[in-house]
Amino acid sequence: MLRAHGANARKIFDLIWTFGAVAVTTWLLVMLVLAMALFRRHLAEASRSPLQIDSDQESRLIRAVGIATAATVVVLIALTIGSFFAGKSIASLSGSETVIVRVTGHQWWWEIRYPKIDSSHAIVTANEIHIPVGESVKVKLDSLDVIHSFWVPSLAGKRDLIPGRPSELSLIADKPGIYRGQCAEFCGYQHAHMAITVVAESRKAFDAWRSRQDSDAVTPIADEERRGQAAFLGTGCALCHAIRGTLASGTVGPDLTHVGGRRSLAADTLAMTPGALAAWIADPQSIKPGAKMPRIALSADDLNAVATYLGSLE
Amino acid sequence: MSGIRQKKAERIQEGGPKGIRDTSIDEARLRAFLAHAWQTPKGLYGWLATVDHKLIGRRYVVTAFLFFIFAGLSALAMRFQLAAPEAGRIGPDLYNQLFTMHGTTMMFLFAVPVMEAFAVYLVPLMIGTRNVAFPRLNAFSYWIYVSGGMMIWIAFAFNTGADAGWFSYVPLAGPDYGIGKRPDFWAQMVTYTEVSALAVAVEIIATVFKQRAPGMTLDRIPLYVWSVLVTAFVILFAMPAVMVSSTMLILDRLVATKFFDSAAGGDVLLWQHLFWFFGHPEVYIIFIPATGFVSAILPTFVRRPVFGYLGIVLSLIAIGFLSFGLWVHHMFATGLPQLGESFFTASSMMIAIPSGIQIFCWIATIWGGKPIFATPLLFVLGFIFTFVIGGLTGVMVASVPLDLQVHDTYFVVAHFHYVLVGGAVFPLLGAVYYWFPKVTGRLLSERLGHWNFWFIFVGFNLTFFPMHILGLQGMPRRVYTYPLESGWGSVNLFISLSSLVLFAGFALFFLNMLLSLRNGHLAGDNPWGASTLEWAATSPPPSYNFPHLPVVTHRDPLWAEPDTLPVIEGLRVDAREVVGGTVADAVPQLRVPSADNSIWPLLSAIAVGGTFFASIYTPWAVVWGAIPVSIGFICWFWPKGEPEDEE
Repeated sequence: MLRAHGANARKIFDLIWTFGAVAVTTWLLVMLVLAMALFRRHLAEASRSPLQIDSDQESRLIRAVGIATAATVVVLIALTIGSFFAGKSIASLSGSETVIVRVTGHQWWWEIRYPKIDSSHAIVTANEIHIPVGESVKVKLDSLDVIHSFWVPSLAGKRDLIPGRPSELSLIADKPGIYRGQCAEFCGYQHAHMAITVVAESRKAFDAWRSRQDSDAVTPIADEERRGQAAFLGTGCALCHAIRGTLASGTVGPDLTHVGGRRSLAADTLAMTPGALAAWIADPQSIKPGAKMPRIALSADDLNAVATYLGSLE
Repeated sequence: MSGIRQKKAERIQEGGPKGIRDTSIDEARLRAFLAHAWQTPKGLYGWLATVDHKLIGRRYVVTAFLFFIFAGLSALAMRFQLAAPEAGRIGPDLYNQLFTMHGTTMMFLFAVPVMEAFAVYLVPLMIGTRNVAFPRLNAFSYWIYVSGGMMIWIAFAFNTGADAGWFSYVPLAGPDYGIGKRPDFWAQMVTYTEVSALAVAVEIIATVFKQRAPGMTLDRIPLYVWSVLVTAFVILFAMPAVMVSSTMLILDRLVATKFFDSAAGGDVLLWQHLFWFFGHPEVYIIFIPATGFVSAILPTFVRRPVFGYLGIVLSLIAIGFLSFGLWVHHMFATGLPQLGESFFTASSMMIAIPSGIQIFCWIATIWGGKPIFATPLLFVLGFIFTFVIGGLTGVMVASVPLDLQVHDTYFVVAHFHYVLVGGAVFPLLGAVYYWFPKVTGRLLSERLGHWNFWFIFVGFNLTFFPMHILGLQGMPRRVYTYPLESGWGSVNLFISLSSLVLFAGFALFFLNMLLSLRNGHLAGDNPWGASTLEWAATSPPPSYNFPHLPVVTHRDPLWAEPDTLPVIEGLRVDAREVVGGTVADAVPQLRVPSADNSIWPLLSAIAVGGTFFASIYTPWAVVWGAIPVSIGFICWFWPKGEPEDEE
């Protein structure tokens, strides 16, 4: 959040600096006065009874404490008002969204859906959101298991995904880029590996991405890919994962129709490379202990074939 | 047991029907009689049956510090894992248990109990009486506390440590996602510790209201005692919320009630409201007594009374009230209506006003005095330095939009460690240095004390300050690891290394206590030249605290009357009696019998604790457990013809 790239995040960023400056100033003042109190020349002689109090000094101290208290009240009121208006102006960002994204939290990945618009189908993907730059995007949040929290620091503050209580958030990205987000509410074993990627791109690139996602998975051509598809459908993979255009239609795990086109794997645990795909399929539990994906017994050749096939699904 | 009762019978006979009064005998016999009446029998039985507030307070403190060590070592293990990105030293299963046990232990088994423990020890001495009201309840509360704490740590040793965070959010801790019996142990541990906390709160309120030394009007109560009184009321209203919610959690898990099941019409947010309705006051339950330590230590080492007594008392009461209006600031990210959130922003900021007033009054006290830089004062100064930072970051997280960024990041971890370690543990360590000579008769080493302070002060700031930056860079809390590309590795390594300095500081602290217990300089009654009544007792105080109960004529009695205190006469010396007075003006009204030693608090605690434990496994435990629990309580309260039953 030290690098704000969206209107929502930028407003908060300004607020952090304002509050931070007030805090640092206040702390320095308090420390200064404390140091003066400790090291000033103390006139009282050591033999004096602790109960002998200089009444002139006492009334000066009363005045000083009174002024400090009044200043505290004024500063706090100012900060409260500033915070209120920052909140209001962030709230005013919503209402003009051109894109809607539904995000559903799962232990430990993000299911992403773009609802059907006009000609195109609804899109289902995982762990990666694409948005057009400069346009307001409505993110609708829900969870089906435990509480998660959607947080892309560079773009906006966080919002919890609470089972039974759908909520929403508005995002705007000022410039193209790849913004990392992460689950911010403790959600069990792999809370640490539940990241999300937001790709902000031009409207043209976004539309192109969208229409690519809209299509079914490519039909495998090479032998290796065909063997991979057969292994995928023939072992347990298809029970949990869907690949549109094939018989695989599981809904427990992420949709893999265009998995090869994503930037990362297992909620941003690994970068998307052929080697990482094979390693992940071979032994998910040592890479992401506790993840819901079991280890499936595959021969070395089948394993490589499945990885090649999935990698080809761009 | 029969031996003891026999002795008592002789004693009562010897005293005749009306007993021996302190007016009718000389000083030496008076002390002998009192020592006999208030004694704790030697041996194991005496150790288990004692109701002496000093023995119970002392063991409460020692136990709390043992739990502190366990929780501290868990933190060190976490820092070992976090020292490098994607480190594989501690896996997520153990890590989640570690951070849950760290938070749970620090909050429920260290911070709250240690503050209560000091109150149990100090309050009767500071207000000039011989024991707390309800001494057996006091013993019971200790046994319940220690059994709850042992239970959750033994469960941890068997890989059943709680792992859903110290806040145990549902559904993660609920019947569908909670792992094994882990959340059940957590929930029952809460029940144990809250029972014991409520018991102490009741004792403190009754003791402070009814047993103050004659003449100790409301405006002469030492500020520390005011602080624990306010805390006791906060406990009384806050703790039931968490007991209710943890019981609902257990019911959801054990008998499939649906309090928190959104699919069945329950609500997962209900948990958060109930938990934080307790959880925020909890912070003040820890912090308010710590401010009491500061108000007790500061005047002694700057040689003048605290500036703004009335202002500080009113601030304490205001903090107590306001602490109940802040809980939603833990829930800003759940998305409440903006107007409602603004209310909680305003109240969260508001609480900075009474806290600020206290800081200003302490600085004014220093200004008007002449500081002596002994270890307790160093800790108080360290407290002001760090707590003001924690308070100011607290103002930051009170702002809804700001909180939406920093919530659940390391910024918040830094913030509340500044508040809880800087704001509560520093004064607590100062308090240990300050009252150790009263409790043990020996002073802690000042030389080690200075080293101890600087290690902890520097180690603490080096460990926790960089966490503000990590949080602003986006590192979330409660993650067992973080990616290499995040660039958080070097700061985390720095933090992990700094935590070793902090660890060394605490090692010095415990070393100093162990060494000084044997070799420390003898303290005498009032080594610091302090002003409050506990320093009129010998060090360590005898079982009966004071041979004659003092009468108070001034807010700083030992400064106002440095040579001899006036005393009240007419109490029995052959049986346990204390003076009961009016709430506002402490006008003595009657002689109140005080309960004698009894084994039944322990046996009742075993019955209650066993019932709680068994109810983790079966709801029938509540039915069958009711039998031994009833037997325990009946025997505890059975009239035995003892002095306290006569009137």
